[in-house]
Amino acid sequence: MNIYVLVKRTFDTEEKLVVSGGQIQEDGAEFIINPYDEYAIEEAITVRDAHGGEVTVVTIGDEEAEKQLRTALAMGADKAVLINTEDDVEEMDQFTAAYILAEYLKDKEADLILAGNVAIDGGSGQVGPRVADLLDINYVTTITSLEIEGETVKIVRDIEGDAEELETSLPLLVTAQQGLNEPRYPSLPGIMKAKKKPLEELELDDLDIDEEDVEAKTETIEVYLPPKKQAGRILEGEIPSQVSELVSLLRSEAKVI
Amino acid sequence: MSKKVLVLGETREGALRNVSFEAIAAAKKVSGGGEVVAVLLGEAVSEFGNELVAYGADRVITVEHPHLKSYTSDGYGQAFMAVVDQEQPEAIVFGHTAVGKDLSPKIASKLQTGLISDVTDIEGEGADAVFIRPIYSGKAFEKVKLKENGVVFITVRPNNIAPLEREERSGDVSSLSVDITNLRTIIKNVVRKSAEGVDLSEAKVIIAGGRGVKSKDGFEPLQELADLLGGAVGASRGACDADYCDYSLQIGQTGKVVTPDLYIAAGISGAIQHMAGMSNSKVIVAINKDPEANIFKVADYGIVGDLFDVIPLLTEEFKKVM
Ligand SMILES: Cc1cc2nc3c(=O)[nH]c(=O)nc-3n(C[C@H](O)[C@H](O)[C@H](O)COP(=O)(O)OP(=O)(O)OC[C@H]3O[C@@H](n4cnc5c(N)ncnc54)[C@H](O)[C@@H]3O)c2cc1C
Ligand SMILES: Cc1cc2nc3c(=O)[nH]c(=O)nc-3n(C[C@H](O)[C@H](O)[C@H](O)COP(=O)(O)OP(=O)(O)OC[C@H]3O[C@@H](n4cnc5c(N)ncnc54)[C@H](O)[C@@H]3O)c2cc1C
Repeated sequence: MNIYVLVKRTFDTEEKLVVSGGQIQEDGAEFIINPYDEYAIEEAITVRDAHGGEVTVVTIGDEEAEKQLRTALAMGADKAVLINTEDDVEEMDQFTAAYILAEYLKDKEADLILAGNVAIDGGSGQVGPRVADLLDINYVTTITSLEIEGETVKIVRDIEGDAEELETSLPLLVTAQQGLNEPRYPSLPGIMKAKKKPLEELELDDLDIDEEDVEAKTETIEVYLPPKKQAGRILEGEIPSQVSELVSLLRSEAKVI
Repeated sequence: MSKKVLVLGETREGALRNVSFEAIAAAKKVSGGGEVVAVLLGEAVSEFGNELVAYGADRVITVEHPHLKSYTSDGYGQAFMAVVDQEQPEAIVFGHTAVGKDLSPKIASKLQTGLISDVTDIEGEGADAVFIRPIYSGKAFEKVKLKENGVVFITVRPNNIAPLEREERSGDVSSLSVDITNLRTIIKNVVRKSAEGVDLSEAKVIIAGGRGVKSKDGFEPLQELADLLGGAVGASRGACDADYCDYSLQIGQTGKVVTPDLYIAAGISGAIQHMAGMSNSKVIVAINKDPEANIFKVADYGIVGDLFDVIPLLTEEFKKVM
């Protein structure tokens, strides 16, 4: 089975965020594999181990993203591809990302493509379905279970807390929701092996993409932190009097009840 | 310049979802005085048409087909694109719901346009409209607009954009017949896990419990308070993982994103993934034993104490004054 995983290097949103000059400051920040993409990598490895084949992880980014690709290889992926857009693309949006990924994937005859359901930084959840549409293959989002039996793919997906059971077939793109699996940690031998696994670097030229073709459709005008909330009020005194104070605050000050 | 805007209406358990009315209100802004046309897809949905008009749609188009009984991206995609071909809209608004999230990227891809997802606010109107959306798990916001003259396409986060006042109006409800073929996904079954009654993502009051609730029974006092206030019970991942409640109650990045008027977090520490789902709530109350808990950083009011003391007292106190 020919399996591809779309992996995004993301800002670790558990870390402190600093905005200056209308941009998120990335210097010194922690970067990780988008957590939902870790589920996708884990699932890809599991499917390969059960059905044979090869797992290729693909990312669009700059050289820094090599680190996350090596981690994916150490988890057990077979090959990695970095589509380096540093010199070619100034502004990227979901259209851009999907277009580039689809151009890369279009002649790869992928049976199964896995992505995260959402990137924790950009947060749109668009890239997976957009790629599937460009490749003209079916997609299923926010999956929590995947079983491949011959031609049939049985899936459970999360729809706002309910579990939808469905059947479809390959080729297919799925996006991973939490609950799909428990991603493994790279083992020491895994990390050693990963150093020797192939990591291919491509640029837009290699994919015959013109810069104009991938120009972003949307434009970020400003990035800002939410207005600092007034420090919340920690009530004081005996619990019963705190409770009655709270009720009157909710009614008279906050006016929500 | 005014725009013709298509809005996708959604139903759930035999009724229109609130987010559809909010999407119409958003569409009105985006239209800058142009026409707002609501679209309903399903097996039998035309009965809901007039209600969308009452909330501000100028016109409604329904596509009814047995293959639209359950949502599939193929079925809904074909139906919605048929409406797009007929109407040639200049803008589209969906709710940022399970259906909206799944379908909007496909439609945007087919229209080769930008899509601005999970919008919580709109500044300006018509051609000048600028959209605000949370990024970095809700730690920051961005203002975005479409670069060129394409179809303006947004999805709106439930409970953020106020619906218009309901008024009796008249508007045309017409049907479009579409041949829906080649569904690549077959829905076998939906296991309902979410509770009947108030939909968590649209609730005005949410009482959420975390690992601090300690057991299934521990949720009972929360439920009692929620019932009293006409709200819903939610949970952190911690409580779901510990099997104190079903995952359908989970609030956060992986679960539901909620924006109630009042969010009471009891026994929840306030992890970033949880906050991504609730930090936009209008008023947040935190109840936690640990004065250092992160949740107090986003709380408007905090009580440091045992939730099993505080919650029943709260219920009693509300009973007295309501
Ligand atoms: C404020 C802001 C400014 C930005 N500025 C720039 C910029 O100047 N230059 C730039 O290059 N980018 C920039 N980006 C990033 C870029 O616009 C988006 O992050 C990207 O289009 C993906 O969209 P998303 O984060 O919404 O991903 P989603 O659609 O939420 O991602 C879903 C899934 O798609 C896959 N995926 C997403 N992105 C990639 C990728 N890059 N490679 C492989 N798989 C992927 C992953 O599987 C991921 O889990 C910026 C983002 C923001 C929020
Ligand atoms: C990819 C990813 C996605 C995630 N998505 C989500 C998500 O969508 N939603 C989510 O919630 N989490 C999510 N998480 C998990 C998140 O990181 C936290 O682990 C989780 O939110 C913790 O739940 P908690 O606050 O209930 O538990 P804890 O962190 O254990 O906190 C329990 C709190 O209860 C307090 N407490 C204990 N007893 C009492 C008492 N009697 N009275 C009052 N207070 C008491 C304690 O002081 C403590 O602060 C995600 C994690 C990952 C990695």
